[in-house]
Amino acid sequence: MLIGTSGAGKSTFARRLFRSSEIVSSDQCRELVADDENDQSATPDAFALLHYLVGLRLKRGLLTVVDATNVQPEARKTLVQLARDYHVLPTAIILDVPDRVAEDRNRVRAERMHIGRHVIPQQRQQLRRSLKTLKAEGFRHIYHLRGTEEIDAVQSVVRDPLYNNRKHDTGPFDIIGDVHGCYDELVQLLTKLGYSVEAEPMADVRDLGVRVQAPAGRRALFLGDLVDRGPASPQVLRLVMRMVQDGTALCVPGNHDIKLLRHLGGKQVNDKHGFAETLQQLAGESDTFKNQVRQFLDGLVSHYVLDGGKLVVAHAGLREDMQGRGSGAVRAFALFGETTGEIDEFGLPVRYNWASEYRGRAMVVYGHTPVPEPEWLNNTIDIDTGCVFGGRLTALRYPERELVTVPAAQVYCEPVRPLSVVSSQVPVAGNGISSQKNELATGNSQLSTQLTAQQQHDDLLDIRDVTGKQIIRTRLLPSVTIREENGVAALEVMSRFALNPKWLLYLPPTMSPSETSALPDLLEHPAEAFDYFRRQDVQRVVCEEKHMGSRVVVVLAKDEDAARRRFGVVGEGPGKCYTRTGRNFFNDTVLETAFLARLQEALTTAGFWEKFSTDWLCLDAELLPWSAKAQELIKNQYAAVAAAATAALPVAAGVLAQAATRNLDGIEALLARTTARQAAAEHYAEAYRRYCWPVESVADLRLAPFHLLATEGRTYFDKDHAWHMETLRALCLADEGLLRATPYRVVNLADITDVEAATQWWTDLTAAGGEGMVVKPYDFIPAGRKHLVQPALKCRGREYLRIIYGPDYLLPGNLERLRERAVKTKRNLALREFALGVEGLERFVAGAPLREVHQCVFGVLALESEAIDPRL
Amino acid sequence: MLLTITTTHQPATDLGYLLHKNPARLQSLDIAAGQAHLFYPEATPERCTVALLLDIDPVALVRSHRGPAGEGFALEQYVNDRPYVASSFLSTALSKAFNTAMNGTCKDRPELPDTLLPLEATVAVMPAANAEQLQRLFSPLGYEVTTEAHALDPTVPEWGDSRYFTLRLRHAALRLQDLLSHLYVLIPVLDNDKHYWVNASEAEKLLHRGAAWLPQHPDREFITRRYLRNLAQYVNPTLERLLEGDEPLSEESSDFDSLETANPSGAEATHNLGQPAAREKQSLHDIRLDRVAEEIRRLGAKRVLDLGCGEGKLVRRLLAIPHVEHVLGMDVSHRELQRAQDRLHVAEMPPRQRERLTLTQGSLLYHDPRLNGYDAAAVVEVIEHLDESRLAAFEQVVFARAQPGAVLVTTPNADYNQRYETLSAGQFRHTDHRFEWTQAQFREWAAGVAERNGYRVRVEALGPEVAEVGAPSQLAVFER
Repeated sequence: MLIGTSGAGKSTFARRLFRSSEIVSSDQCRELVADDENDQSATPDAFALLHYLVGLRLKRGLLTVVDATNVQPEARKTLVQLARDYHVLPTAIILDVPDRVAEDRNRVRAERMHIGRHVIPQQRQQLRRSLKTLKAEGFRHIYHLRGTEEIDAVQSVVRDPLYNNRKHDTGPFDIIGDVHGCYDELVQLLTKLGYSVEAEPMADVRDLGVRVQAPAGRRALFLGDLVDRGPASPQVLRLVMRMVQDGTALCVPGNHDIKLLRHLGGKQVNDKHGFAETLQQLAGESDTFKNQVRQFLDGLVSHYVLDGGKLVVAHAGLREDMQGRGSGAVRAFALFGETTGEIDEFGLPVRYNWASEYRGRAMVVYGHTPVPEPEWLNNTIDIDTGCVFGGRLTALRYPERELVTVPAAQVYCEPVRPLSVVSSQVPVAGNGISSQKNELATGNSQLSTQLTAQQQHDDLLDIRDVTGKQIIRTRLLPSVTIREENGVAALEVMSRFALNPKWLLYLPPTMSPSETSALPDLLEHPAEAFDYFRRQDVQRVVCEEKHMGSRVVVVLAKDEDAARRRFGVVGEGPGKCYTRTGRNFFNDTVLETAFLARLQEALTTAGFWEKFSTDWLCLDAELLPWSAKAQELIKNQYAAVAAAATAALPVAAGVLAQAATRNLDGIEALLARTTARQAAAEHYAEAYRRYCWPVESVADLRLAPFHLLATEGRTYFDKDHAWHMETLRALCLADEGLLRATPYRVVNLADITDVEAATQWWTDLTAAGGEGMVVKPYDFIPAGRKHLVQPALKCRGREYLRIIYGPDYLLPGNLERLRERAVKTKRNLALREFALGVEGLERFVAGAPLREVHQCVFGVLALESEAIDPRL
Repeated sequence: MLLTITTTHQPATDLGYLLHKNPARLQSLDIAAGQAHLFYPEATPERCTVALLLDIDPVALVRSHRGPAGEGFALEQYVNDRPYVASSFLSTALSKAFNTAMNGTCKDRPELPDTLLPLEATVAVMPAANAEQLQRLFSPLGYEVTTEAHALDPTVPEWGDSRYFTLRLRHAALRLQDLLSHLYVLIPVLDNDKHYWVNASEAEKLLHRGAAWLPQHPDREFITRRYLRNLAQYVNPTLERLLEGDEPLSEESSDFDSLETANPSGAEATHNLGQPAAREKQSLHDIRLDRVAEEIRRLGAKRVLDLGCGEGKLVRRLLAIPHVEHVLGMDVSHRELQRAQDRLHVAEMPPRQRERLTLTQGSLLYHDPRLNGYDAAAVVEVIEHLDESRLAAFEQVVFARAQPGAVLVTTPNADYNQRYETLSAGQFRHTDHRFEWTQAQFREWAAGVAERNGYRVRVEALGPEVAEVGAPSQLAVFER
């Protein structure tokens, strides 16, 4: 905040030392709202705009220079409050020039001629009065520049990052929860983590008597509450202080540590909550040590932002808007967390669970509240497992996300609130206060308690995560934008027709056809698909027979218990088979159960669970026959068209034949055309009939899987398509009645014999009425390219396309017009959907909260509402 | 797509004069999205037949946007029966090709148009709900009607017959002009579709072509409604003009519904409680909405949610309540909301009233903080459209998170379904219903929700009650 009278040179000063975008000036705001920077009547609106702009910048954590006189305390008060609201530190720079200088400057500026004589002395008087109160007003730094010389002498402004900013520090770390004086357990835990702890002779009074050797490259990171309650707080302090000194550990303070600091600073503190023990233990310690402790604790920073912003540690956790910021509120939150102001039945404050609303990208590791079991919730984890209460001491290895624990040797302190009760205070979906309400709300408290905190939280998604314009970052494309109007369509489909979103891990992308063939009588031909991949520098492709059924995604667990564990779904069976729009494939639960059971059996027979060390899988597949799902559509649309055509055309042909006997001009041509249409109608009927057969039981269904998408802990986008084909063929052998292996061939695009053979294969397949084939790059995601390559192109057969383009599409005149089709939009869409699909599934296997997976799935559905020629 | 007209009038070749078309030539004329070909397969003094063959171009159909819009099934634009069936395309072709004959003029032989001829017409193929419908529409006009049904797919006999018929009409003595007018009007009525936008001139066409016979036709109301695509603004005045000086217009013709295909999903609509059917639907839904509005009045709610507001019928009632300060109408369907905007004339509302209403898209399965802080929420005929497995999420969103002071939930009473003759056992009233609960089931659910979320609940019957089965609908009133 610049403070100075009119004409003190604030704007010049600001322009000289800061980026123009960092300066928000009241004059400029006045001009923006009133076209005149000296229009005093516009001042209230100008300041409303100024405060708005400053607020927006501070929200983003950007350095902001307020260029206004700021000589009145009430003007500063609003700005200081803004700084507090956004947890940034306000700094005052006072430009203090003699009245004469200011008056002279104003005089040469025509637009300021009107400023009255009294104005500047009055402002200077206000400024002088202000000097004494600035500190109390909340300014952390105050720079008072006296006279033009001092002002002009400022060459640059040095920007110090906050102490909590350790983004450059990438770890790896072993993050250790609340120790509370449990020295033995701490040593055990460090040893288990690969540290070696040795006593060291104390040569100097300042020596701490202990030395820790860290495993290569690793450091410990203490979450605070080193002291109180436990048996050996001073030893714990010694060890941690030594490690911090040696650079083998970082430490953030806990509320108990700060209490000790207050005591050491001579403040009166009560001896409850285990402080009495600490006092007793410290009684025998030297003043030198106590002094060292005081300095150590005083130097601790409330929280750290580490590893490029990917990791945040704080004793009691930290909301996203406070991370990397500095204010009293940030410090208090980091130490105590958030409370509702209510008191529970044990007389303890009820904690508001900030983690249930956490949406930040940084992982937050914290302690403070003892929990029986550390649980991930929205990328946060509380690892205080109540060692001092007889629980365990826990470390989280970062970035591995592994938990390492040692049990407490004994109960050092009886908790006021039993640990088991604490467990039900674990955050859940509800209002973030207590899970009890929510357990009941799911209608089955016993079952819901078997769900993890994250799974219970995921029972309810938030509409704000899917509606409005969404920009999704993906691994394959830097950002995929979902337009608001597409989201509108997807919300309806998702709400009215889709399965429980917990099942929806993945939606397949749309698939573009090859470019239109120029060959007579054909719309599509493999040559164009091969050409596309050649142009993309793909040397090898895989051609897979395209089964004409319904595209399905199968998500299936070994049993219902595994489904609960992995998907957090209770009472909905072991898995689901769903369509491209997230609808359940089956309407008939008996058939569904039989189908899933049979598939489970096949997986067991094939030894799949063991082979992939998993108890669930996600398959991309085609389910046949087409008529199983599309029966109504086939009857009402496809069969109806054939019925109309085959009933009407013969009558027309008959009448024309009769007319032909009268030798009327032009009748022959019309007869020929009608006869051709009659034949086309017959072919058309044959085309759809091929894909229809009655489904009475599971014995009539065929599943043709073509991608193994994911199992526990991993996806298979890194495997090539030959691997997918072979892996799934092995599975299909386990139940050839249900499962159909997909015939395929690998084609070297440079090898003309290969290409010709594949083309012949396609010709044969389609001549026999087959739908056609799908051409994919050999690698699922071809690496080392600037652009993403189409994951697959389809080449559909001449007969099959009758279903898509209508019975008459091959008639003279029609095909020529139908060739004018553009695949570009469809391809662009396919890439975006592919990137989203891969991203969603990768997020799922990485254990991301459901909303992050759902965002991708919802995105695919939203993109599908783009208007695209449905025949492509 | 093919119409033939045959006469055995002597000499039969008079047909050529009547139609003003030379029997010795094939004539082709352009029509919307294709061509009509006119020729005589036979032309002897004993027997003369004229054929009108339509060649609808499916590609042009799409490009001129005259085909089906393809809502719900995108490929319908490209794969449809339009090129093969008798439809409004045939009617337009008729009026274009046989304009003079339809108007009853014949320059060369002025006496011919009024001559009663033995006539035979064949239409291949005619869409219709069933063969009986064809009989009902044509028999009263004096035709001997023969229909030939066509299987949906002869290789799949269990699929049964298609909706396409080869239709033969025979009349011993009829003016050609009348035959053409009958076909002109009744073909699009049977096909129940029009390839062009229906406007006021359509009513004029109907009055013109139907003047001579429609007022006496027993199914005139059905014909009028269908012909005018059920557009009330055209149907009612047209019916009045048709029946001028005749008996007063009945509210609803009972024949009207029996002519429609049986539609199980419209159970509430076709249900007859001794009252005309469509009125019953109106009244049951009105009873529901009035009852809910009354309850909001009783609760004195100031801020009210209408969850699943649809086209805004309840919103309108809520806005009429003086103590209601604000209504948030939410629906998952954007289209329904647009309809509500139109029906409620939101754009033209005075500012004070406008401020009392928010219409927004939203879902009852996603937590939505916009729903917080309301005194009451109405959830009228909504829950049965959610899968039962998703009700837990619904409960969370409304009861656990939004926590309105009161929640009013209505849903059909399955016990009552046996009273609907068109519903077979186990069938739901609407195809999108995922479940329909008995009174006991609804009570149990409501009690559970209330207990889990700290509400009191009372369940009551909604609509006229019948012994044993209760009322058609049921209402649960939850209060905190």
